Amino acid sequence: MAPILKVLLRRLALGALTLLIVSAMIFLAVELLPGDIATETLGQSATPESLAALREKLGLNQPAALRYLAWVAGALQGDFGMSLANQRPIGELIAVRAFNTFFLAGHAAVIAVPLSLFLGLLAALYRDSILDKLISTTTLATISFPEYFVAYILILLFAVQLGWFPSLASVEPGMTLAARLHATFLPALTMTLIVTAHMMRMTRAAIVNLLALPYIEMARLKGMRRWRVIAVHALPNALAPIVNVIALNLAYLIVGVVLVEVVFVYPGLGQLLVDSVAKRDFPVVQAACLIFAATYILLNLAADLIAILSNPRLLHPR
Amino acid sequence: MPWLTHLRSAPISARLGLAIILAYALVAVFAPWLAPFSEADAVGAQYAPWAAPHYLGTDALGRDVMSRMIWGARNTVGIALVTTALAFLLGTTAGLMAATLGGLADTLSSRLVDVLMAVPSLIFALLILTLTGTSVIALILVIAVLDSTRVFRLSRAVAQGILTMDYIEVARMRGEGLFWLIRREVLPNATAPLIAEFGLRFCFVLLFISALSFLGLGLQPPTADWGSMVRESAKLIAFANFSTWQTATFGLAPLLPAGAIAVLTVAVNLVVDWLLHLSSGLKD
Repeated sequence: MAPILKVLLRRLALGALTLLIVSAMIFLAVELLPGDIATETLGQSATPESLAALREKLGLNQPAALRYLAWVAGALQGDFGMSLANQRPIGELIAVRAFNTFFLAGHAAVIAVPLSLFLGLLAALYRDSILDKLISTTTLATISFPEYFVAYILILLFAVQLGWFPSLASVEPGMTLAARLHATFLPALTMTLIVTAHMMRMTRAAIVNLLALPYIEMARLKGMRRWRVIAVHALPNALAPIVNVIALNLAYLIVGVVLVEVVFVYPGLGQLLVDSVAKRDFPVVQAACLIFAATYILLNLAADLIAILSNPRLLHPR
Repeated sequence: MPWLTHLRSAPISARLGLAIILAYALVAVFAPWLAPFSEADAVGAQYAPWAAPHYLGTDALGRDVMSRMIWGARNTVGIALVTTALAFLLGTTAGLMAATLGGLADTLSSRLVDVLMAVPSLIFALLILTLTGTSVIALILVIAVLDSTRVFRLSRAVAQGILTMDYIEVARMRGEGLFWLIRREVLPNATAPLIAEFGLRFCFVLLFISALSFLGLGLQPPTADWGSMVRESAKLIAFANFSTWQTATFGLAPLLPAGAIAVLTVAVNLVVDWLLHLSSGLKD
C-alpha cells in the first residue's frame, strides 16, 4: 500500500475511535448520577409504580450498552429522544438551532479567513515595520480579552451609539439572506476579532520562515517584485500550515459561538445548551454536546488530513 | 531567585505587567479594608449615579458597584488561583510520573488525556456541571481536572527532554528512586517552562471561570464576581448615551468588570512573554 494511504487510513481510524469514545462518555456521564432520568423527572415524591412505568416507557430497564447503541443509531438519524423540560422531540428543537449556529460560524469564517490571510501577508511583507508591530500588538490584545468584553464594546459602538446594527441578533425562519447577514453581523464580527489574531500570526510565521530560504533569495535577486515573490513563490509552500491553522480556528469558532450567542441572545445551539444546563435537561445537553464535540473532532481530523495530504514526502515516495 | 536580577533589565512591557499584577494582588488581599461597603447588602437606591459615596454607582439591587469590584478581585482571582494550582499539582505530578515511569503507565495516561482534549473544555465542563449542579467546589474540581490535561502534556514533553540527559542516567545507575529523580533531577530543570505555563494557564482559567459565571453557571449570587457582574449589568448597555456623563456610565457598567478581567490577562501575558524570552536564552 502507498505510504500516504496507510497514514490517511490510520488517522481516519483514530478519528472514528475518538468519536466513539467521546460519544460513549457523553452518554455514560448521566449514568454517574445518583438515580436516573426517571427519578430526575418525577422528583422525590414519585411512587415506585410511576417510576417503574416511566422507566419502561423510556427503555431504562435495558443495559447501558444497548441504550447507548440505540442512542447513537437515533442520533445519526436526527432523533435524540425527548426533552425533559417541555416533552418535545429534541430533533426538531435542535435542527433550526444548529442551522443558526452553523450559519453564524460560517458568516464569521467568511470574514475572518480572507482578512487574516491578507493581514498575515501584509505583516510578513513589511515585517518589523510600524504596521507589523501595530498588527501584532492589537492581535495580542484581542487574544487576551474575554469574548463578551469585545462583544459589548462592539455593541456600545455600532448598536447603541451609531445604530448601524441591532444589538440583539434575532433571526427567524423565512428571513432573506441580506436581513439575516445584517442581523448576525455584530456576533460574526466579535468572533472574527477573536480568531483573526491567531490565524494571522500563523500566516505571518509560515511565510517569514520561508523567506529565509535560498530560492526566495534567488527570486528576489532576479529583480522580482516583493508581492510576486510572496504570492507566487512563498505562498504555495506555506499553504499547508496555513490551511491547518484555519481548520483549527474553525473548530475554535464552534466553541466560541456559545458565549457570543448568549451575549447577542442569538437563537443558536450554544444558547440552547446553556439554557438546558441551567434547567438540568440531560437529553438536550447530551445532544448539543454531541453535536459540538463531533464538529470539533471532525474539523480537527480535516486539519490533520490536509496536513498529511499536502506533505510532499508522503505524496511522492521514493 | 534568578529572575530578580533580570528584573532590572526587564523591558517596559514586563514591568508594566508586573505592576498591574501587584496592584490586583494588593486589592484582592486587602479587599475587606479597601471596600467601603459589603459585597452582598443593598446599601443605596437602585442604579444610583456615579457620585459619592457610591463612586461607581449601584446595581439593580442597590449594591455598591465599587465594593463589588473590589470583592470580585478577591473572589474571582482567588478561585482562579486555587483552580490553577490544583490543575498544576495534578498535571505536573501525572506528567512527570508518566515520563519517568514510561511504558504502560505512560501510554494509558497519555491516551486518556488525548480523549479529554479531543473535546473543547467548555463543552465538557457544561456537560459535567449539568450533572453536579453549580457549586464552587464542583466548579474548581471540574476546571482543574480539564485544565490539568494541558499541563500534563507540557510537563511530560519537558520531562522527556530532560530524561535523555546523562546526569539522569547516572542517577538511575546510582539506584535513586522515582520521587528522588523527579524532585531533584527533573523538576529543577523544568521550572522555567512550567512557570511560564502557569501564567498562561491562570489566564485561561480566569477567562474560563468568568465565562461560566457570565453564562450564569459559575459563581452564584450574591458572591461578587466579575463574570456575573457583566451578566447582571448587560441590559444597561441599551440605555447608554454619550450626550451626558451620567447616561454614558450605563454603557460602562458591563465593560468595567469585563475590562478588569481583560487588563489582568493582558498583564499576565506581558510577564509570561518576558519569562519565555528569558528562559529561551534569546538575546536581543
